[in-house]
Amino acid sequence: MSEAKKSRKEWPLTPLSTPTVGSMGKTGSWRTFRPEINYGKCTRCTLCWIYCPDAAITREDDDSVKIDYDYCKGCGICANECPTKAISMKREEE
Amino acid sequence: MPQMTIDTANHIAGYAAKAARVKVVAAYPITPQTTVVEKIADFVESGEMNAEYIRVESEHSAMAACMSAAATGVRTFTATSSHGLALMHEALHWASGSRLPIVMAVVNRAMGAPWSIWPDFSDSLSQRDTGWIQFYCADNQEVFDTIIQAYKLCENERVFLPAMVCLEGFILSHTYAPVNLPDQDKVDQFLPDYKCGWTLDINRPYSHGNLVSPEWYMEFRYMIQEAMENAKQLIPQIDKEYGKHFGREAGGLVEKYKCEDADLIMLTMGTMASDAKIAVDKLRKEGQKVGMGRVRVYRPYPTEEIVKLAQSVQMVSTIDRHISFGMEGFLASETKAALFNQKDRPLVAGFIAGLGGRDVTAETIEKMAQKSLKSMRAGKVEKETEWVDLRE
Repeated sequence: MSEAKKSRKEWPLTPLSTPTVGSMGKTGSWRTFRPEINYGKCTRCTLCWIYCPDAAITREDDDSVKIDYDYCKGCGICANECPTKAISMKREEE
Repeated sequence: MPQMTIDTANHIAGYAAKAARVKVVAAYPITPQTTVVEKIADFVESGEMNAEYIRVESEHSAMAACMSAAATGVRTFTATSSHGLALMHEALHWASGSRLPIVMAVVNRAMGAPWSIWPDFSDSLSQRDTGWIQFYCADNQEVFDTIIQAYKLCENERVFLPAMVCLEGFILSHTYAPVNLPDQDKVDQFLPDYKCGWTLDINRPYSHGNLVSPEWYMEFRYMIQEAMENAKQLIPQIDKEYGKHFGREAGGLVEKYKCEDADLIMLTMGTMASDAKIAVDKLRKEGQKVGMGRVRVYRPYPTEEIVKLAQSVQMVSTIDRHISFGMEGFLASETKAALFNQKDRPLVAGFIAGLGGRDVTAETIEKMAQKSLKSMRAGKVEKETEWVDLRE
């Protein structure tokens, strides 16, 4: 619902949302704990990429992973799943 | 050739779903609704009906399944009663808010506690504000006709709302009566292919019902209200069109019986209307100018019709098979609300009758009418709400 000037007559019957990046804004600001990857320990198993419930971890062609801090809410699932403990959760203000 | 059959209203509801070429039925059994979906299960199993029959674990899931199916672009049907409908409550709001034209038979049954399987309107009237259109049927034929009409209405682009077709448990649900089942091609002519205001499309992905901030929410509610107002205009038109096509109408918004010169109108819903007609006939013979009104459509409420009906009468007495605890019957409240701004408004008295399946006979209604006539002549309603045949 970004086109604020549109008349009500042109609205859909019910709000329909097409997939967009960050339609609710940058939800990374909700984060209390920040996951940090120790790439020295990472084995590129991609489990964190599979488990991330917000698709905030991207997988590169070489299977290396990257956290998108604009949308990572800091749930910590990736750190919990990581078999080599390569992801640590750090308090944001630290 | 149209087929005359003698069957229960529940089975007739199944025949109507088949005639409407419903594609998905999701249901959970509950007395006294069960034989509706049993009949449909038979049709699907025998191949007479080309539909997906989804057995779900609860009524909440039944509505969720119907919503999802309706959103993919197919006609859906379900049926429930009483506590099953109550369990569905949350999903009912989602269905109307998503503007999905689902049609559901509600076989009216009293709410517990104490446990009851017999009819009153407390189940469906508790769902008054969910944004569903509500029809109340008076006989088995009307159950068939109303289900077909409901699809026509709900799938109208000016409406796109779901509807409940309510019928009282046992009085209609399990009672055999003659019904005319029209030819399939005649139904097909009347009821075109399913139409929905929006459909899920794998090539154009979107989600629906998402979070809407305060600057947008109210308008979506207003659009539902507009759709209800549109439905109010369309219901009599569709009923007339149905009448032209099939040779009988179902009663529009409000069925009127001997109201033209009436001083007193007994206003009611559902099957009580049939008994009320007998009472009216008897009182007419005695020279009392009494008429009967039957609110066939409770949502949208036919305010204008009620105003017209009450214009030249001295009194309207409502018979509610329901009580809003701490207030009165809904029919009483809403009739008063409809008439309040009229200059010469009639007296309104409310009767509560037939809760939990207690029989409301023509004699019971005659008694109410006699009491009303007394109040009418005295020009004063002594008791706003009177419980009929209440044990001391």
